[in-house]
Amino acid sequence: MAAPLLEVQDLTVRFRTDDGWMTAVNRVSLAVGEGEALGIVGESGSGKSVTALSILRLHAAPTTRMPTGRIMYGGRDLLTVPSRDMRAIRGREIAMIFQDPMSSLNPVLTIADQIGETLRLHQGLDQATARKRAIDLLDLVRIPDAARRVDEYPHRLSGGMRQRVMIAIAIACRPKLLIADEPTTALDVTIQAQILDLLRDLQRELGMSVILITHDMGVIAEFARRVMVMYAGRVVETAPVGELFRRPVHPYTDGLLAAIPKLDVDVRRLPTIPGSIPDPTAMIPGCRYGPRCPQVQEACRREAPELVPAGPQREARCPPRVAAMRANL
Amino acid sequence: MSGPIVKVRDLVKEFQVTRGRGGPPAVLRAVNHISFDIRPGTTLGLVGESGSGKSTTGRLLVGLIPATSGEIELFDETITGRGGAAALAKVRSKLQFVFQDPHGSLNPRMRVGNSIAEPIDIAGGWHRKDRADRVSELLETVGLPRAVAERFPHEFSGGQRQRIGIARALALKPDFVVCDEPVSALDVSMQAQIINLLLDLQEKLGLSYLFIAHDLAVVRSIATDVAVMYAGALVEQAPKTALYAAPKHPYTQALLEAVPRPDPNRVRSTPLGGEVPSILSPPPGCAFAARCPRAMGVCPNEPPTPRATGEGHLVACHLY
Repeated sequence: MAAPLLEVQDLTVRFRTDDGWMTAVNRVSLAVGEGEALGIVGESGSGKSVTALSILRLHAAPTTRMPTGRIMYGGRDLLTVPSRDMRAIRGREIAMIFQDPMSSLNPVLTIADQIGETLRLHQGLDQATARKRAIDLLDLVRIPDAARRVDEYPHRLSGGMRQRVMIAIAIACRPKLLIADEPTTALDVTIQAQILDLLRDLQRELGMSVILITHDMGVIAEFARRVMVMYAGRVVETAPVGELFRRPVHPYTDGLLAAIPKLDVDVRRLPTIPGSIPDPTAMIPGCRYGPRCPQVQEACRREAPELVPAGPQREARCPPRVAAMRANL
Repeated sequence: MSGPIVKVRDLVKEFQVTRGRGGPPAVLRAVNHISFDIRPGTTLGLVGESGSGKSTTGRLLVGLIPATSGEIELFDETITGRGGAAALAKVRSKLQFVFQDPHGSLNPRMRVGNSIAEPIDIAGGWHRKDRADRVSELLETVGLPRAVAERFPHEFSGGQRQRIGIARALALKPDFVVCDEPVSALDVSMQAQIINLLLDLQEKLGLSYLFIAHDLAVVRSIATDVAVMYAGALVEQAPKTALYAAPKHPYTQALLEAVPRPDPNRVRSTPLGGEVPSILSPPPGCAFAARCPRAMGVCPNEPPTPRATGEGHLVACHLY
């Protein structure tokens, strides 16, 4: 197999808080192949967004200790490349879109200016050429009437249109990897469907790899080929998407799937995961999901479990469940 | 069985807005001639996308904002029109509201117990001991330990804060509660807990809910009946089972199709094009006509009137 496009090894990110250092991302490893769609799913505080921001070194410096681990891209460790080189990678090689398209766009610049900025910076285009390219890009993200829309300001656009503009900016330099952090969470469901279709089409047309971060298992099922489930700063399970939904291994994945309100059947009561997500500064000996886990064992409370292989291309951070699964085969 | 506790007839809410700098005021019709009933002990799920007018409807129903025209009858009292204010005062203690944002709706400087007791304090006439007992009882009802009354909102997770918001809403033993997107800000694992709590409370206390949400799956898990709103109008309403099994309105169908399912093998059809029209300059006919895959000549010109297509199933569409 060819080397992956991006490989994150043992990434750990810590923040300073009033209660001391808190580990937001705890020894996370992941790999994205060329043209692959990786989904990262988790609830708030799972560390999924911090992982994404760290790949582009966009974490707030004063409160963050320099992440440890390695982020290998193109034969280099992104955690150690000089800032100037990192600026050349951001936007050109790896681009990112965020949840809220309103606060990610500059309200006093036209769409042409904002798409053009990326093109002028990375490709040295002049104003007129950049504007022409901006119109092409708006066409590509299927904004109707692009030649007119390009001169408008963000407030004139709906949420869905703004997210299309963000995508246009992100793909302006044909990046090899697009990181999309909850790109459809702020959108209505009919618009979400449009944006997911657009992202999938662009991925195919441009041959991009995509990391899609979301809390929504439905979005994961639609978009991702491989899925990584995070809980309280750690990866708890990785699997090909079909396998994950057919046969979740980790009890957290199980609970999460069961708790999703069902659209196609009536249920009297939804199964729930008891308790709530642990305080990130709390010291929990053993498995961090242990206090909520219906299958918790004595050993789980003593020792933090490692990720163990759970079948082809699968891993889960739950040795007892993996052992039980093996016994049933 | 007794009649509905909520009767809404031909309800309209308009807002004056100014367009641009010093321009002439324009009228925005957020709620456009809607009618529905809510029976005691049941939940009406009100579904729509942003700007559909669902939250405005919720606020009208508990008298937080006045209606422009039309009628709202709560517990046989008409709270709209002449004498509406006096009628609202009579039924107000039976109405409550649960908000979407459990962060913004609790005073960060107030101990949780005092927040919960605020409706009691406003109503007045409670002894200190009774007030304290009621707060403990309420905390227990929503599944929180009594001791948390002394703590502050920031010490709680989103789900716990929503429990506190629900405890406060229950303080004066209401009969009808408007829940405006109460689980939208919560994680999936918390969502299920809160939905189940609302169902338990309904069973135990005989509450009726108007449950406002944009998530059709969440609504299915709690509602008895469902009403779908689009650009201020009700396009379809039906008992839950009928609506999800056989949605009639093309908008309802598109909305259901667009929801991502946790099933990687499902193939979704091409999504609805376009976006929700501006309600500042609504088309004369059906508001959905411009996006509708089955629109006919009549649709953009004439507003459809709701028609019954089955038991309690109303559809506002020229196809029927």
